[in-house]
Amino acid sequence: MSRQSNRTTDSKKMNAELFTLTYGALVTQLCKDYDNDEEVNKQLDKMGYNIGVRLIEDFLARSSVGRCQDFRETADVIAKVAFKMYLGITPSVTNWSPAGDEFSLILESNPLVDFVELPDNHSSLVYSNLLCGVLRGALEMVQMAVDVKFSQDTLRGDNVTEIRMKFIKRMEENLPAGDE
Amino acid sequence: MADDVLFEFLHMEMVSHIYKDQASKGEMDKDRATCVSTLEGMGFRVGQGLIERFTKDSPSFKDDLDVMKFICKDFWINVFRKQIDNLRTNHQGTYVLQDNKFALLTQFSNGKQYLEEAPKYLAYSCGLVRGALSNLGMDCVVTAEVSLMPSCKFQVVIQKI
Repeated sequence: MSRQSNRTTDSKKMNAELFTLTYGALVTQLCKDYDNDEEVNKQLDKMGYNIGVRLIEDFLARSSVGRCQDFRETADVIAKVAFKMYLGITPSVTNWSPAGDEFSLILESNPLVDFVELPDNHSSLVYSNLLCGVLRGALEMVQMAVDVKFSQDTLRGDNVTEIRMKFIKRMEENLPAGDE
Repeated sequence: MADDVLFEFLHMEMVSHIYKDQASKGEMDKDRATCVSTLEGMGFRVGQGLIERFTKDSPSFKDDLDVMKFICKDFWINVFRKQIDNLRTNHQGTYVLQDNKFALLTQFSNGKQYLEEAPKYLAYSCGLVRGALSNLGMDCVVTAEVSLMPSCKFQVVIQKI
């Protein structure tokens, strides 16, 4: 019995490492292809966006979360359900702005950066920028325009990793032409 | 821990990006080969790393066949969530691994549709296998072929020095 469970935990760990290592290879390749860090950050964000617009469907299909009533509920769902489901971590939601349209996700650990160190010549690289794109893309598919960026990063010497999310506006549902 | 589907999404996006990138830089002709070798190179590095983590506590392998069986069973289960369905060899350094329901191809089609696109999505996996074998002491060339989705065959040819 215990051997059986060992194998499944090993297999989950393996998959996490597969994802982490693949992401590392991707960032390395992007750094080779593009000269400056800003361009790499942009590409990571774009790729993350493309992943996010598809991931949201997988998420909605697998979790039984209904429509969120407000931004606070959205924040909770992202931190407690989505992050837990996909990355196995539960960031905390803090630093709400007085207007309630901005908050921070504090990640104690970031699975993407296992085994990673940033060399000195890439000091403005936002290594995990894919995550920002994913969040932005996913929320856009549920009619929320948001701005997502990293405000703290353990790879760059901070104690924690902090993602700042700002609500911009609710998007109109685009019905196909001819629908009435 | 990272979900399986995350890797699949990331892989899809990686392939799409590499090909889009090459297209925008012009020069259609050398593209396909460069894209495939870029993806294969990425897979190679990841395969090397993965196999190190995976086998650090295991005893060493008796011979090449033992290594291939390990790849077909444990390695494939951990990376692609199932075993290889069929392993054939000519006992002279060539192995053919057949996977009847390859994890990265199941979402494409169940027959011949999109057959031309399949190689793009196999390049990374070929690199994974080559990297894994390389760090287990076997230098080889890994190619993949698909004739009917989602089944595919990986051919491993060990390079004699």
